[in-house]
Amino acid sequence: MKTEKMVYMANQIATFFVSQPGTDQADRVAAHINDFWEPRMREQFLTHVTAGGEGLSELSLKAAALVRQPA
Amino acid sequence: MKDFIIPWGDDRDLGTPASKSTKSVTLNIDGFDVTVPEGTSVMRASALAGIDIPKLCASDNLEAFGSCRLCVVEIEGRRGTPASCTTPVTPGMVVHTQSKKVQKIRKGVMELYISDHPLDCLTCAANGDCELQDMAGAVGLRDVRYEAVDTHFKAKNTSGESNPQWLPKDDSNPYFTYDPAKCIVCSRCVRACEEVQGTFALTISGRGFDSRVSAGSLNDTFLSSDCVSCGACVQACPTATLQEKSVIEMGTPTRSVITTCAYCGVGCSFKAEMRGDELVRMTPYKHGKANRGHSCVKGRFAYGYATHQDRILNPMIRDTIDQPWREVSWAEAMSFAATKMRGLQEKYGQKSIGVITSSRCTNEETFLVQKLTRAVFGNNNTDTCARVCHSPTGYGLGQTYGTSAGTQDFDSVEETDCALIIGANPTDGHPVFASRLKKRIRQGAKLIVIDPRRTDMVKSNHIQADHHLPLRPGTNVAIVTALAHVIVTEGLIDADYIRNRCDWDEYLAYAEFVSDPRHSPEAVELLTGVPAADVRAAARTYATAGKSAIYYGLGVTEHSQGSTTVIGIANLAMLTGNVGINGAGVNPLRGQNNVQGSCDMGSFPHELPGYRHVKNADVREIFEKAWNVTIDPEPGLRIPNMLDAAVDGTFKGLYCQGEDILQSDPDTKHVAAGLAAMECVIVHDLFLNETANYAHVFLPGSSFLEKDGTFTNAERRINRVRKVMAPKNGYADWEVTQMLANAMGAGWTYTHPSQIMDEIAATTPSFANVSYDLLEERGSIQWPCNDANPDGTPLMHVDGFVRGKGRLIVTEYVATDEKTGPRFPLLLTTGRILSQYNVGAQTRRTANVVWHDQDVLEIHPHDAEVRGVKEGDFVKLASRSGETTLRATITDRVSPGVVYTTFHHPDTQANVITTDFSDWATNCPEYKVTAVQVSPSNGPTDWQEDYAAQAAASRRILPAAE
Ligand code: SF4
Ligand code: SF4
Ligand code: SF4
Ligand code: FES
Repeated sequence: MKTEKMVYMANQIATFFVSQPGTDQADRVAAHINDFWEPRMREQFLTHVTAGGEGLSELSLKAAALVRQPA
Repeated sequence: MKDFIIPWGDDRDLGTPASKSTKSVTLNIDGFDVTVPEGTSVMRASALAGIDIPKLCASDNLEAFGSCRLCVVEIEGRRGTPASCTTPVTPGMVVHTQSKKVQKIRKGVMELYISDHPLDCLTCAANGDCELQDMAGAVGLRDVRYEAVDTHFKAKNTSGESNPQWLPKDDSNPYFTYDPAKCIVCSRCVRACEEVQGTFALTISGRGFDSRVSAGSLNDTFLSSDCVSCGACVQACPTATLQEKSVIEMGTPTRSVITTCAYCGVGCSFKAEMRGDELVRMTPYKHGKANRGHSCVKGRFAYGYATHQDRILNPMIRDTIDQPWREVSWAEAMSFAATKMRGLQEKYGQKSIGVITSSRCTNEETFLVQKLTRAVFGNNNTDTCARVCHSPTGYGLGQTYGTSAGTQDFDSVEETDCALIIGANPTDGHPVFASRLKKRIRQGAKLIVIDPRRTDMVKSNHIQADHHLPLRPGTNVAIVTALAHVIVTEGLIDADYIRNRCDWDEYLAYAEFVSDPRHSPEAVELLTGVPAADVRAAARTYATAGKSAIYYGLGVTEHSQGSTTVIGIANLAMLTGNVGINGAGVNPLRGQNNVQGSCDMGSFPHELPGYRHVKNADVREIFEKAWNVTIDPEPGLRIPNMLDAAVDGTFKGLYCQGEDILQSDPDTKHVAAGLAAMECVIVHDLFLNETANYAHVFLPGSSFLEKDGTFTNAERRINRVRKVMAPKNGYADWEVTQMLANAMGAGWTYTHPSQIMDEIAATTPSFANVSYDLLEERGSIQWPCNDANPDGTPLMHVDGFVRGKGRLIVTEYVATDEKTGPRFPLLLTTGRILSQYNVGAQTRRTANVVWHDQDVLEIHPHDAEVRGVKEGDFVKLASRSGETTLRATITDRVSPGVVYTTFHHPDTQANVITTDFSDWATNCPEYKVTAVQVSPSNGPTDWQEDYAAQAAASRRILPAAE
């Protein structure tokens, strides 16, 4: 998938959870990605984060630490 | 007293509708004591006791009318001979249905009718199926003593002059004829059109001898009138006046099989009336619990595609998509497909192939296709077209209530005090439900419609919405949140309900969020384009009318914030205590016939059957034991992800059953690129659909008439589909999937779909007690059906939500990035129309094309004028994704700035225009909002021409080798 599209999708998810009350928004973004993103997509996401994570919102980046590395 | 328990399947006409009263009344009819509910007519009471009173103008799906006087009876202590259809029972009443006096009256009535009726019974299409004939027999009419001078049926009078009372047959409707010469003016058709269908297309014009049934105004035919060809009048007509053309051509049927419509999510039950293995007609089944004896034009008439010459009946293969197709044996096709798919896995990895299940196929077939990927391919790459329609429903209702399904049955609408319709156009998309809803609205229930277009629900004959909120496409969340703002800040909540049923802390956080003035109708008015006062008024109506029900459709889900809107809708119902009672609830109107079922059956890549995440080891274990395999704990690819991965080169093979993703999915060019990048695309369908242009293997499919199975409709009702004829292609779809699985080494041994249902029941708690035997006994069952709910579940969340406490979740509005600007100043939204279905592959192959032979663009007069576009002009429709051409129609149904079209015809390729934006939670594409420009045009775009050429080339089939 095009990097911009992947970044866009991650940020869309973060945009929803950033509006939610509580303090666990990053966990919930990561949980959503873990539940719905196929390993290839998570791989691409994490690789992009390692490369600096250009374009990712603050919450997306924070969630990255909790996204499961595919086996 | 007579024992009159009605055996399942008895569909006698009892003359007048059932009374809903719980009080009973006992009376005596012809010497038998009969006990019936208060309010029952003498006619119905008598029929229930097994004594049929002759009748012509009465029918038990219509209110009694009392015009023919054939049903007269004598009642002790009463003068005269009252009509039994209009006389309610009273306690102790003593009725005689066959006195000399009434017999004489009835004979007289029949004599009058027959004297003005042609006596060509032997050659009449309704011979043997005519109530006039039956009644002549029932009253013992033997001769007609006088010959009428003036008749309606003689084209010329005795002196050879043409008879002004004679009217020619109206053949304009493709499916039925109206022959005025045979009409007895009982007005059943007129009443059926009003009461059952709610279209009001028919009237009785003139008086006395001059009275005639007429469709529309004086110069109209059935086709040019408002008639929507639902067939209710044909069903109601006691004579051959309104008659199916198929019966005229083929003769009367000799047997019938109960089955389920394969078009929309209403899931109407039908009697497939057969002669040998030929289908003569489909008639709505009166004990069908979704439709209660009604139907629409698609289910009733548009089944001709099943025998259309375009159907492909032999398997075909080719190595590359630029080659013509080669017909081969089933065995060769299977080994070709299996070798290719296994080869791809060896070369590109286990996860390089996947499946798309169909929302048109049966539950059993869908279950097998997802099993194929999970158990045979060894990955979770399964998705379904529900991705592109109702996946946000799954997410939104799952998060708030704990289960992904509508809360009510369709009968619930009969008790609704207020219906809120958002993003749905039921008169076109879910016609039978619309008829039931309109009936309730005519009885006085309130109606709120939230839709960018002025749909027929907003205003049509005898229906007018109390509130229409014509919002700008893409602002659903803003409107729904504003409604909640009004409900919370004006103190219209049901606080007890929220305290008992919902998470109170979450409510407090939600209430604080939603009370913020930035969510008020006034604050969002500029955004949504809806006057704040109207939003306030609608919110008050919804919250205070009594039992309020929400019905929503794809106009809610197909947005970047589709899931958020579903959550917002669920919130509204919780705030006002409208979940868990009859007449209320939250109801997604599902598009295709088995969208609900395909979701239930584990079509989604992250969920095993019954909506259980693949990450849960305990759930995997159930299936691992049953299937003797290891199940991948990682979610698989969704359709858009599959296409992306294909373009990236990591996804190479696809088995696509009964779906046409090239036509139905957004951003056609991207879909085409993804398909073109795959090395093995297997299409399993009735026709060479658009996706098949990119396929290497074509497996012929079977129609719903040719197989056994079940569909699950929008009210979670599991209905049986029954085989009425042998599959023309040789195999039912579940058999084809099994052959493919076995060619890949699966070793499956199903011999009947009931065994697949048993496997579903054994592995899926909400289906635990479902079996074909139970379905045979009950007719249909609404899941969950298990030890806790042995009779199934018409109404969900009664004592508590499935997930425990309901959750009110904050719904922040986020504008879509699909924005209008100088290049693309208009917003395009898409939808469907009554006579066509989805991508149109079926309905385009029936006479339904007389109502819609092409997709047209609706544009507001103002927008048309500034662009120099006139009615019927060819226009170019362009977005940042692509462009296409189609004809324009000018209408103020759409607001200025908004244009609208359907997507039923492949030549239009409306999805060339739609973009790849999608719902944040589920990737459901944003079909309902695309920024576009419209300009005059001379003809098809280059893309359309290239596409047509590619399609024609790829559909070539080599003549079979001698
Ligand atoms: S087919 Fe349906 S809409 Fe048309 S006239 Fe008959 S009842 Fe009315
Ligand atoms: S068309 Fe049929 S139903 Fe209608 S008034 Fe005539 S006989 Fe009755
Ligand atoms: S298309 Fe829908 S409403 Fe029409 S007959 Fe079929 S199930 Fe019923
Ligand atoms: S059936 Fe009762 S008056 Fe016609």
